[in-house]
Amino acid sequence: MGKKLLTANINIPGIETFDVYRKNGGYASVEKALKTMTPDEVTEEVKKSGLRGRGGAGFPAGMKWSFLDRKSEKPRYLVCNADESEPGTFKDRYLMEKIPHLLIEGMITGSYALGARTSYIYIRGEYMYIVRILEKAIEEAYAAGFLGQNILGTPYSLDLYVHPGAGAYICGEETALLESLEGKRGNPRLKPPFPAVAGLYAAPTVVNNVETIAAVVPIVNGGGDEYAKIGIGKSTGTKLISASGHINKPGIYEIDLGLPVEEFIYSDEYCGGIWKGRKMKAVVAGGSSVPILPADLILKTAKGEQRLMTYESLADGGFVSGTMLGSGGFIVYDETACIVRNLWTFARFYHHESCGQCSPCREGTGWMEKVLHRIEHGHGHMSDIDLLVDVAKKIEGNTICPLGDAAAWPVASAIRHFREEFEYHVKYPEKVSNPKHFEIEPFRSEKKLEAVGA
Amino acid sequence: MEEIKFSEKSLALVNKIIKRYPEGRQKSALLPILHVAQAEFDGWLSPAVMDLVASILKIKPIEVYEVASFYSMYNLEPVGKCLIEVCQTGPCWLRGSDDIVEHLQNKLNIKVGETTADGMFTLKTVECLGSCGTAPMLQCGAKFHENLTTEKVDALVEDLRSANARSSYMR
Repeated sequence: MGKKLLTANINIPGIETFDVYRKNGGYASVEKALKTMTPDEVTEEVKKSGLRGRGGAGFPAGMKWSFLDRKSEKPRYLVCNADESEPGTFKDRYLMEKIPHLLIEGMITGSYALGARTSYIYIRGEYMYIVRILEKAIEEAYAAGFLGQNILGTPYSLDLYVHPGAGAYICGEETALLESLEGKRGNPRLKPPFPAVAGLYAAPTVVNNVETIAAVVPIVNGGGDEYAKIGIGKSTGTKLISASGHINKPGIYEIDLGLPVEEFIYSDEYCGGIWKGRKMKAVVAGGSSVPILPADLILKTAKGEQRLMTYESLADGGFVSGTMLGSGGFIVYDETACIVRNLWTFARFYHHESCGQCSPCREGTGWMEKVLHRIEHGHGHMSDIDLLVDVAKKIEGNTICPLGDAAAWPVASAIRHFREEFEYHVKYPEKVSNPKHFEIEPFRSEKKLEAVGA
Repeated sequence: MEEIKFSEKSLALVNKIIKRYPEGRQKSALLPILHVAQAEFDGWLSPAVMDLVASILKIKPIEVYEVASFYSMYNLEPVGKCLIEVCQTGPCWLRGSDDIVEHLQNKLNIKVGETTADGMFTLKTVECLGSCGTAPMLQCGAKFHENLTTEKVDALVEDLRSANARSSYMR
């Protein structure tokens, strides 16, 4: 049983209200930071904690904060990225819906550290019902003197607003998010300059994911060193994992980084094993963008070591035999899942969500979707498989933002690990004519039989 | 042609939203205000509505059109009273979203993208709505309907029909 730093109080009745949240120790980090610490001391604790961005990239949060241009005379901004849209990821929604004051507390403490006087929570438009939950919580925080002028009688003042988007995955990319917050199309910006120098309204800005900002609360309360004791190496603290797909217990689990993947999948404390007594075929461990791994490689690295839920262990083997922790969107596939059809839904997703700014992504995502559609529907050619690899290669690294890479990696990895399944679709079009073909007759090559332990 | 304008209540909200952003940065209010406008004017953004928003924000109409056409939640054509949006991305597909879409198509006797003859329902498929752990799911207005079964879908459609109210992200 790991420590619960973010979710320990999440099931207390009424925790979404200020009073109950406060009675359970809420807003202690604001009191501690504003009354006993300088802003730089708060940043120092975040640095010591080793906290890494929980949105997907895993960049050290304290370092990102330290890049903020503190010499600029412009106002500074902290912007919370609540545009959670990575397929397989639903953790930020859980936090904001169940315990909204945790995010607001983190925003106040974080804004104080960065010297921001106005901060925004940019939330995806589809989460409109959460906008109202957050706005109610913000209203309560203003009434209690935790927002507004001279918070808790200190010289520090902060205004906090919620800003809804309107349906665009790309706005999860931080510069696209800032464009959108300025009332424009969500086209990512060329970097440099980075937001730390020229972000919102060309002023110094830090953009952090919901879970990252929430983690600032336990870090300030307990100290960065204490936080860093949890986890292994450079994967410190706890992580929210969104578990979905063919498992017995889908949901959100807060784990200590370092938990064995096998335990996460099969223990009743977490996913509770594969549903319907079936066998596991594959896992996407960190949201749709990260490479898919077959069952054998998700449980053990190519070197035969036990795979752990850490940034490093999941990445072991590079893209040849490893993957990424990403956003913690953990999607599990049983033996009846069709890898081609899954990949087609992902390709359709990236094609729909490409902003259209860079040709390799705009055109390439469309081609990949079309080619995958025809393979899945029994009209593919053998040469299509290498064509997909070729298109993916030509998108990767050739676009302004990482959406291009995110579209290319799932394609490249699915073909790397499940090539026989693509070939099967081309060889036996009559067998794949039913969209549920593998539910009728699961696909098992010799290699994959071994993988599922059959 | 009748001049269109926001109700007093909506206009108050619009002005409140504009004040969230620094002076001279009122364009930042565009996305939230388009949501208010869509809720007020029958669930879609006509050119006249977009022009109204442009005049309130003191920006060019093209600045509104280019934004409205970029984001998938803004409807640039009329939609049925209830807009039903079914998630179809990987995690929902794994848990049976294809069956939900097929069931809705049969029940409403329309294809995805179409509106029923009585103007009551529009059916759309959408990409990941962050409900993968409670899949399959659909969104109608601001509300998420999760862990769907065909029985649940039937009950929902009946409820929506008898409530006869326009779905809106703002409610």
